[in-house]
Amino acid sequence: MSNILVNAPKTARRGDVIEIKALILHPMETGFRPGPNGRIIPRNIIERFTATWNGAEIFALDMSPAIAANPFVSFFSRANESGTVILRWTGDEGFAAEHRVDIAVE
Amino acid sequence: MDRRHFLAGTAAVVVLPLAPAAATPDAMAEAIRKVIGMATPIEGRVKLDVPPLVENGSTVPLTVSVESPMTADDHVKAIHVFNEKNPQPNVFSARLGPQNGRAVIGTRIKLGDSQRIIAIAETSDGKFWSAGADVIVTLAACLEEAT
Amino acid sequence: MSRWLLVVGLGLVFAASYAAAQVGADKRRSGYQDMGEALQKMQDDDTANPGMLFVQLGGQLWAKPVGAADKSCADCHGAAAASMKGVATRYPAIPQGGDRPVDLEGRINLCRAEHQKADRLPPENRDLLALTAYVAHQSRDMPITPPYDHRLDSFRQQGAEIYRRRQGQLNLSCAICHDDNAGKKLAGVVIPEAHPTGYPIYRLEWQALGSLKRRLRNCLVGIRAEAWPLDASEYVALELFLMDRAKGLKLETPAVRP
Repeated sequence: MSNILVNAPKTARRGDVIEIKALILHPMETGFRPGPNGRIIPRNIIERFTATWNGAEIFALDMSPAIAANPFVSFFSRANESGTVILRWTGDEGFAAEHRVDIAVE
Repeated sequence: MDRRHFLAGTAAVVVLPLAPAAATPDAMAEAIRKVIGMATPIEGRVKLDVPPLVENGSTVPLTVSVESPMTADDHVKAIHVFNEKNPQPNVFSARLGPQNGRAVIGTRIKLGDSQRIIAIAETSDGKFWSAGADVIVTLAACLEEAT
Repeated sequence: MSRWLLVVGLGLVFAASYAAAQVGADKRRSGYQDMGEALQKMQDDDTANPGMLFVQLGGQLWAKPVGAADKSCADCHGAAAASMKGVATRYPAIPQGGDRPVDLEGRINLCRAEHQKADRLPPENRDLLALTAYVAHQSRDMPITPPYDHRLDSFRQQGAEIYRRRQGQLNLSCAICHDDNAGKKLAGVVIPEAHPTGYPIYRLEWQALGSLKRRLRNCLVGIRAEAWPLDASEYVALELFLMDRAKGLKLETPAVRP
């Protein structure tokens, strides 16, 4: 099951600047907090978020433990051609998630 | 457990976390230095939107906008955000380019305490631009017991 | 001419005072109104509200067959948008054939036990919260309408008594904070009126979705009282009273709170 919410327009006019917003379920455990037994809970964060448009990277974000739980990211992109935007999250403990958005550019 | 063992145990607890307990303005300055080298950031062009007073530091909305035409010749290459009192001074680093059209990014961050946040943008001409904001974190009453 | 002006003027005065009286008629405030603009925006935008991740998860669970009966919620109830619309505005309620009120989580667990032949989900379990949020979300923007069921009266009365009873080492009642001092500040934060309009809520402090029960336990800890066991009937009684007190206010599930 994917627990990702993405808001991006399905269509855009060529050259338009569109906003893409994404939210993903993830604890973003900092690695600085003690657990119930007094021991530090191991760090478990998303380290990197990337977006590609038809395979070319359009945006990349390196995250630190200071990014809030269930990370939210918004950014802009020029709509140059119809295609697929792939959002990708990777992080500790082998975390990897992906979300596709198809955008038609007229 | 005798006193000596207890003390040794305490010392181990104190020493174990290798990272500093908190970033400091110095640690932030050092982290910034690593990104910008010997350049001097110019105040301006960057707008850091963060509420001056937040009810809870665990999820603070933050938007960085940089004035830029975002063309091939003149665009923002990167945006970095730093803090001075969290356990680590880095918050995030974003890579952008002319394809973004607008140099605006939004996310939500954690703030362990009231503190100053600094955003730095690197433009395609090699210059660095900056903006800062002070955030006061108030704590809600009747918080949950430590679980 | 001057008479006309007088009539129009009086009309305006009357209209203004009537409007003022209407505003005065219901001064109840959802905790939403006491939040900063940034948090209000976070709640209002469905792709920015982290509670919506759990609503999404709840929608996935709604369609997933579970238990020995291998049935999903959808197999009996169909599309939640139609079948669950308004349901959360009427809870807690007494289930058919029962004699005690259950909250929405309790109702979902009854369905699991009776119809799906599945294990009950424990309190604050993520899937239980997600399903509850999904069901309650179908009633978003609908006014809270407690059922007219006289069998609920004694339970609601019990809730009212708990609400007004002093407890804990600080010797405070719910009413002292949330009626007598609501709107004032405690440690820099506005004391809310305690209307349960958005549960399960995404609380920034928790960095997760949580139930009204979890919030009530936080209150009890806050006044240094011993929290009731997780399955105690006190929580449902208090919820019955609070929902009645919030009658007519609109549901916001999933609400965001600091």
